[in-house]
Amino acid sequence: MLSFLARRLLQLVPTLFFVSVIIFSLQQLLPGDPALVMAGEERDPEVIEQIRKQYRLDQPLPVQYVYWVKGVLSGDLGESMRIKVKVRDLVAEKFPVTLQLAVMAMVIALSIGITAGVLAAVLRDSVWDYAANVFALWGRSTPTFWLGIMLIFLFSVELGWLPASGYVRPSEDFWGSIASTIMPAFVLGNVGAAVLMRHTRGAMLDALQSDYVRTARAKGLFERTVVLKHAMRNALTPVITLGALELGELLSGAVLTEQIFSIPGFGKLIVDSVFNRDYAVVQGVVLVTATVYIALNLIADIAYVVVNPRLRS
Amino acid sequence: MADAVVSAALLDDAIASAESPARRALRRLVRRKGAMLGLAVIALFVAVAIFAPLVAMQDPTAQSWTSVRKPPSALHLLGTDDVGRDILARIIFGARASLLAGVISVAIALAIGVPLGLMAGYVGGFLDAVIGRLTDAMLAIPFLILAVALAAFLGPSLHNAMVAIGITTTPIFVRLTRGQVMAVKAEDYVEAARAVGNPPWRVVLVHILPNILPPLMVQASLSIAAAIIAEAALSFLGLGQQPPEPSWGSMLNAAQRFLGSAPWMAVWPGLAIFLTVLSFNLLGDGLRDAFDPRER
Repeated sequence: MLSFLARRLLQLVPTLFFVSVIIFSLQQLLPGDPALVMAGEERDPEVIEQIRKQYRLDQPLPVQYVYWVKGVLSGDLGESMRIKVKVRDLVAEKFPVTLQLAVMAMVIALSIGITAGVLAAVLRDSVWDYAANVFALWGRSTPTFWLGIMLIFLFSVELGWLPASGYVRPSEDFWGSIASTIMPAFVLGNVGAAVLMRHTRGAMLDALQSDYVRTARAKGLFERTVVLKHAMRNALTPVITLGALELGELLSGAVLTEQIFSIPGFGKLIVDSVFNRDYAVVQGVVLVTATVYIALNLIADIAYVVVNPRLRS
Repeated sequence: MADAVVSAALLDDAIASAESPARRALRRLVRRKGAMLGLAVIALFVAVAIFAPLVAMQDPTAQSWTSVRKPPSALHLLGTDDVGRDILARIIFGARASLLAGVISVAIALAIGVPLGLMAGYVGGFLDAVIGRLTDAMLAIPFLILAVALAAFLGPSLHNAMVAIGITTTPIFVRLTRGQVMAVKAEDYVEAARAVGNPPWRVVLVHILPNILPPLMVQASLSIAAAIIAEAALSFLGLGQQPPEPSWGSMLNAAQRFLGSAPWMAVWPGLAIFLTVLSFNLLGDGLRDAFDPRER
């Protein structure tokens, strides 16, 4: 197990190196002189010179990269040009909001995805199976931002049950916080539920046709015991891994969801920074998101080995 | 009677074994109602996009202050938007941006991803390791976040959005192609092609590439669906098609502000995205089943 962990961690080094190169290179895509673009409306040569010095744009690219990586490794992700706040502090402020949203979305995705997947497999070729497959196709094909807008129309504009936008911290008002995040969490979890449903159904169908399930049935066990204790326990192993990866995907989906529901999280931060030409913040958010995603991948791999005795040896 | 059934089954088998794999896949695809429905809807949208100036009865950019946010009527079948533009005309012309973005960004991803995957899979060694790690790194950045970042740094436009989505989709094709090459290169026919002295480029292009096309086609179809959503998302955020040119994503963005007074502004463009993406997904699923040997 330890050697697996060491090998897996070692594999991360080149991946993280390339991630850092990609994110650093984003700045090179800016058309023309990056200092001029970063300065925006400001045309004072002194300010432009200061930007050039601050971001070491007057130095060769490899030197710029080394300084940038040094800063990142010491926890310095740069500073927001617009509001003069450290990117690290901005990330620390916004991340818990997105995390709350992502965790709620994950709970919704797992509840719907696994339940529908198991039902579809157990009742194969029935109306339930057909409905679950239609749901999966619908989940994959519905743009999250359209679903969000339609839910706002229904539950906020027409019925007036839920707030259309805004965010309340759980520490301020717990139920208010749930009310402000339940719609975006559902929108975010919808795609994950569709993905998890398809995989759960496939894994359950394989498990239900396996020899050990046939043996369990032959012993005269109740069908509920066969499904829940024998088939489901084995079928859900790969779904755990997928769940961890889906949590990473939710960070991506948060870009749109937070924008629609005006939730001041990570996703809104990156979009606002794009329009404020706050490129240091964009780079910082992309870097943190990629690191979280890589960490979730690692946790998923470890979890898979931990729950699968055959891989442990 | 039983003999007749057996004979018919044997005849079917004989026909199946005599036809080429492509023809067999096409026969299976035609039998899938979902895939055919998807193909029909895609064909309809493509025709509408090509003949947009003939199909649309109104100018998609013409504003009219006397018909602001009018509900669907005989004059404006799907209603009008916040500056009085005809929504049907904008959806018809918006199909161009969405379909073009879907096809071109996947073409970019195929043009970069397939050669890199072929090289990584066939040459192996250090080149494979470098391409593999670079692919891992790109896949480590969530799709939309990378697309938003790329579009932001490249500058907001439909052209740059297509480039951003294309680059972001590339690693999927690198990984898929590499995996397929690894599986195929040990086959006897590839060994034979090498043994008779074919140069590596010929082995790869003439003997390996045609045999790995089916999974690439399936992935391309599913990736077009994802690219259409991504383009709409970028336009929704203001990073894709720029006003006043119509795009389904930017129409939804404008619709957000008028949900109470003009919900039709949000319904139709969203439905257009949904139907197009659904159709590509249905076609992709159908292609996957048609190419799957287990489906015989």
